[in-house]
Amino acid sequence: MMFQVRIHGRGGQGVVTAAEMLSIAAFREGRHAQAFPSFGSERTGAPVVAFCRIDEKEIRLREPIMQPDALIIQDPTLLHQVDVFAGLTRDGFILINTTRSFEELGVGEFVCGRRPDRLCTVPATELALKHAGRPVPNAALLGGFAAVSGRISLESVAAAIREKFGGKVAEGNVAAASAAYEHVRSEMREAGHAQAD
Amino acid sequence: MLKQTEGSHAVAEAVALCRPEVICAYPISPQTHIVEALGEMVKSGALRRCEFINVESEFAAMSVAIGASAAGARAYTATASQGLLFMAEAVFNASGLGLPIVMTVANRAIGAPINIWNDHNDAMSQRDCGWIQLFAENNQEALDLHIQAFRLGEELSVPVMVCMDGFILTHAYERVDVPAQDQVDAYLPPYEPRQVLDPAEPVSIGAMVGPEAFMEVRYLAHAKQMRALELIPGWAEEFRRAFGRASGGLMHTYRTEDADTIVVALGSVLGTIKDTVDEMRDRGTRIGVLGITCFRPWPLAAVRAALANARRVVVLEKSLAVGLGGIVSTNVRTSYTGRPDAVYTVIAGLGGRAITKASLARVFGEAIEGRLEPLTFLDLDRAIVDRQLARERETRRSGPIAESILRDLGVVAARIG
Repeated sequence: MMFQVRIHGRGGQGVVTAAEMLSIAAFREGRHAQAFPSFGSERTGAPVVAFCRIDEKEIRLREPIMQPDALIIQDPTLLHQVDVFAGLTRDGFILINTTRSFEELGVGEFVCGRRPDRLCTVPATELALKHAGRPVPNAALLGGFAAVSGRISLESVAAAIREKFGGKVAEGNVAAASAAYEHVRSEMREAGHAQAD
Repeated sequence: MLKQTEGSHAVAEAVALCRPEVICAYPISPQTHIVEALGEMVKSGALRRCEFINVESEFAAMSVAIGASAAGARAYTATASQGLLFMAEAVFNASGLGLPIVMTVANRAIGAPINIWNDHNDAMSQRDCGWIQLFAENNQEALDLHIQAFRLGEELSVPVMVCMDGFILTHAYERVDVPAQDQVDAYLPPYEPRQVLDPAEPVSIGAMVGPEAFMEVRYLAHAKQMRALELIPGWAEEFRRAFGRASGGLMHTYRTEDADTIVVALGSVLGTIKDTVDEMRDRGTRIGVLGITCFRPWPLAAVRAALANARRVVVLEKSLAVGLGGIVSTNVRTSYTGRPDAVYTVIAGLGGRAITKASLARVFGEAIEGRLEPLTFLDLDRAIVDRQLARERETRRSGPIAESILRDLGVVAARIG
C-alpha cells in the first residue's frame, strides 16, 4: 500500500529537502519513492509544503497529497494559519516540531480520539541547534518520523542525510536525527503506558 | 545505475553522458537546476572537452548554440516559458538551417499573468518551428529521451526539443536508472555534421533564398520530419534492446485493446491518468490511454491506428489555443476518423493547477455518459469567473483582471491542492 507523507513548514526550514531525504531513505530500503515540492511561492518564512510518497511499486500518481498517512509539521505557528490537518487519514501519524504538548498548542480537540501512539512532538529545532549548530529542524524530524511511523529505519534516514550533505553538517544532523528518534521512542512508550493505565 | 535523484539532475547526467561540446546557459525557472548541474560538472572536470558559456539572454543562448553547431560541435541548451519565446527567432533559424541542437524545455506557463508553474503552452507556441518535439512522461523517460534526441537530431540534421513538465518532473525526486558511459557511447556515435564551418574547406551557411527555392527548402524540412516518423520507432526499439527499457518512440498505449474510450495526453499527467483508468477498469469501464511522446512530427498514421476502434476520444491537454480551444486536440482530430463530435477537449492544469484523479474520473465519466461539453476547462472556478464578468458589466473601469481575481480570492497562503 502506498504511504503518503505531507510536510508543512516555512521557507528556510528545509521542508523540500526533508521530503527529498525521506525519498532517498525509502529508495535505500529498496522501495519506490517520489518527493516533490508544493507548487506555491517559496520565500523565506512563507508557508511551504512538500510531499513524499512511498510504495512497493512504481509511483505514477502526480497529484498533491490530499489524504496523507502522516504529517510532519516543522513549524507549530502554522497550526492556526494553514489547514495543515486537511485530509489526514483516521489512523494517520502526526509529528510536530515543538517543546509543547498538543493541548498547549491548542489542537487537543482536533486530535481527540486519535491513537495517542501516533501523535508525537519533538523539540527538533532545539536538537538541531544542539547537534548541528543551526536551527534547521528537517533532519531531526525525519529521525522522529522513523520512530513514530516505523516506516523507515533510522539507519536509512542517516544514510540519506549523509547523501544529501557532507562532513560536519551531515554528522551533526545525523546526531540530531538520532536524538529525535530516541525522544519520540520514549514519548511513545509513555503514551503506551498511559493507554494501558 | 539506479539512483534516487531530482529530475533536473538526472537530465544533466544524461546530457553529460552524451558528451556535449558546447553548453549555452541562461537561467530561468524551472530549468535552472539542469544547467547549474552541468556547469558544476564542467567546472569540476567531470564533463571534459565541453565549453560552458554563460550568455546574456535566451536569444543569445540559442544564437551561440547555432554558431557552435555550425562549427561542428555537439550543442545543448535548456529553457522554459518566456525564455523560449525570447529565443523564438533563433529557434526557427536553428531548424531552418538544419542544425541538430538539443534543448530541454522545462514546460512552464506563459504570461501574462506571470506564472512560473507548469503547463505546455511554451512548447506548443513553437510547435510549427521545425524542431522535433518529444514529451517525457517521467524522469526516466526524460533522461532517456535526451540520449535519443542527440542520436535522432544528428542523424537527420534537425534540432530536437525534449519537453519535461516543470516542477512536476524537474523538481521531483524519483528513481532513475542512469546508464553507463560505454552504453551511451555505443548508442550515440560521435557527431558527423552534414555541414560545418571549416576554415580548411570554407562554406557559408544561411543564404538568402528567394521565391525560386524557398518553398523547396521548406518542403525538405517537412520531408525530413516525415522521415523521422519512419525512423523513430526503430531507434526506440534499438534503445530498448541496448538499455533494457521502453522509452521514447512515437507514442505509448495503455489498456487500449478493447477500449471504447481513449484518453489522449502528453507528459507527466499520463501517470495520474493511468491510475485513474486502472480504477475505472476495476469498475468495468472499457477505457484506455494514448500517450503522445512525439508531438512533432505528428504521428498521424500511428495515432489513427491507435484510435481506430475508439467510440470516443478525450484529449486532456495542458495547453490552450485562445479563441479555438485545444491544440493537442486539433492535432488528434486529424487522426480520428470517427464522428467529429466524439472528440472531447479537456483543458487542464494551466499554470500549475493540480490535476487530480477525482477530477479526471469525473470528467471521463461525463464523456462516457455523453454529458461532457465539447470543450471543458477542468475544475474551472465558475463563481470567480462570473464575479469578474459581473464587475465588467457594472463598471467601465473594472481594472486589471488578475489583480481583481486575486483580491476576490483573498491572500493565498500555501494551498495544498
